[in-house]
Amino acid sequence: MISSVFSWLGDGANWSGPDGITHRLVQHLEYSFGALVFVLIIGIPLGLYIGHTGKGGVAIAGVANALRALPTFGLLLYLVIAYSGNLPTDWIYLGPALFVLVVLGVPAVLSNTYAGVQNVDPAARDAARGMGMTGMQVLWRVEVPNALPLIISGIRSSLLQIVATATIAAYVTLGGLGRFMIDGLSQRDYAQMAGGAVLVGLLAVALDLVMAVIQRYVVSRGITGRYALPAASADVVAAESSVSV
Amino acid sequence: MIKFESVVKKYPDGTVAVNGLDLVAPSGKITVFVGPSGCGKTTSLRMINRMIEPTSGTIWLDDQDTGKVDASTLRRGIGYVIQHAGLFPHRTIVDNVATVPLLLGRDKKKARSQAIELMERVGLPASFAKRYPAQLSGGQQQRVGVARALAADPPVMLMDEPFSAVDPVVRAELQDEFLRLQSELGKTIIFVTHDIDEAVKLGDQVAVLKVGGTLAQLASPATLLTDPVDDFVAGFVGRDRGYRALGFESGQLDPDTEQTVKLGDDAAAVGRAARDGWSLAVDDARRPLGWVRAAALAEGKQVTPELLHRGGTLAPVSGSLRGALDAALSSPAGRGVLIDDNGALVGTVTASEVVQRIESQLAGRRNGSDG
Ligand SMILES: Nc1ncnc2c1ncn2[C@@H]1O[C@H](COP(=O)(O)OP(=O)(O)OP(=O)(O)O)[C@@H](O)[C@H]1O
Ligand SMILES: [Mg+2]
Repeated sequence: MISSVFSWLGDGANWSGPDGITHRLVQHLEYSFGALVFVLIIGIPLGLYIGHTGKGGVAIAGVANALRALPTFGLLLYLVIAYSGNLPTDWIYLGPALFVLVVLGVPAVLSNTYAGVQNVDPAARDAARGMGMTGMQVLWRVEVPNALPLIISGIRSSLLQIVATATIAAYVTLGGLGRFMIDGLSQRDYAQMAGGAVLVGLLAVALDLVMAVIQRYVVSRGITGRYALPAASADVVAAESSVSV
Repeated sequence: MIKFESVVKKYPDGTVAVNGLDLVAPSGKITVFVGPSGCGKTTSLRMINRMIEPTSGTIWLDDQDTGKVDASTLRRGIGYVIQHAGLFPHRTIVDNVATVPLLLGRDKKKARSQAIELMERVGLPASFAKRYPAQLSGGQQQRVGVARALAADPPVMLMDEPFSAVDPVVRAELQDEFLRLQSELGKTIIFVTHDIDEAVKLGDQVAVLKVGGTLAQLASPATLLTDPVDDFVAGFVGRDRGYRALGFESGQLDPDTEQTVKLGDDAAAVGRAARDGWSLAVDDARRPLGWVRAAALAEGKQVTPELLHRGGTLAPVSGSLRGALDAALSSPAGRGVLIDDNGALVGTVTASEVVQRIESQLAGRRNGSDG
């Protein structure tokens, strides 16, 4: 059974054409990143605002939790049925699909962003203000750099959820990797169905790795604790070698 | 000069933290706010740079009403040091120090090279420049905090318990260096502490605040110790204030000449130099090393470092009578060792000689100033 999945994945014919894996993969990425862009546009500024001002945190936490509890699939079907008449043709399915992915992705980014900002050492924030930074300067020069690990991990978990859930687009006639799962199911083609699932998993892992690399480069060493090697400074090297003698 | 004019701070919950504070902190001097927890020290301090807005009253910075300038602009001209340093974890030490110059739009390279000079000035090696705050000890972080506050060379510094989160040894070190730095820089400083000893050591003048946010006494440290204005201040400055006030009492002592020995001298030499069975060993620059008990040296034996008794403290001859008395009381020979600015021996005094000096000075003052 597993070998049939591999042979499905390994068959070059399955990769090409409008129904091929390559095209579906591109579609899947389009849905995912399309949704992620909206998630970031909504989640980050709102999270920064709440974290910086301390206003509205409780209300937003409630809304975010409520959003998390929404059944994604049910919401999608409801939106398609309720709004299909009011949307331009191209968006009848795409609109609701993106919407549910955004609803799914916002809570993680939003709550991590505001938690990240709120958790910044109060003494550092106080010092920043006390030295004459304006509110915006405190936010961008102190709060955001220190909140980055949490903000990025919010984006990562949001992206993982979106990529995994973007398969539902296929339920409403759209493409993406979900197609293989649905078509495989209806055609009782186990290899295609499992192959689609494996591809979604691999895509999620690959994207998370990319995010991990980005995180490594944008977060300050002072926060990650991966300090530059002592070799950077001649006198530290001298001190260390004298200790080891 | 910083001037508080009937300043009141009432928090929204009704707490009156500062109640009608009138006070002048003169330019170039250290004014210490001291008092029990919750008496409004931090609130008073933070109203100066408008981290907290006064409910009523005015705070003047020279002839500028602080309430009438943009808060950020005001703060960029005032150094600010807090208890837990509040360094920026994501920035290297040199960039932490250069924060305000960079905010003011100064040239990056120049700001950094000045920051490194400042680091050395506050006792941090330049090799720390590329480190991050988490790689420094608490005391070192506090030094960075001071350097950062000094970076734009502000005439005024506000310091809220800057040395209270480090151990007593490091604290004493930081205090000494702070005083040395201030003698070079001559900033107008408001320094908050709850430690009366720190207040007395650092302050040119000390403001004792009472819970409820009122000023109990504003005086020089010596006056505070010798002449507390009420029971609250007397209780707050503490029990052995009479002894501690001696720290501000300097007086001309008349040290006795001391015969000395050197390392390697033999028992006969020690015996010749000894008075009351003890003689003082010094090095080639006449810096005291310790006391030798003549009886401990067998015939023909030499003075070795192991034989030295180092219990006695050394008092600068130009220092306070408290130091001299302490030197006498702590000396195993009963004679306190006085040294000059280079650390070389001047002579010795006994406790009773110091006490006589103290008594005659105090008596002179009692008769002279009649009240
Ligand atoms: N934001 C606030 N809201 C309400 N009350 C406050 C606030 N900040 C301080 N207070 C109260 O004001 C009073 C003075 O506080 P402040 O922090 O100035 O004291 P302090 O002298 O610095 O004390 P400590 O030595 O403990 O630091 C205290 O009773 C405190 O509880
Ligand atoms: Mg305080």
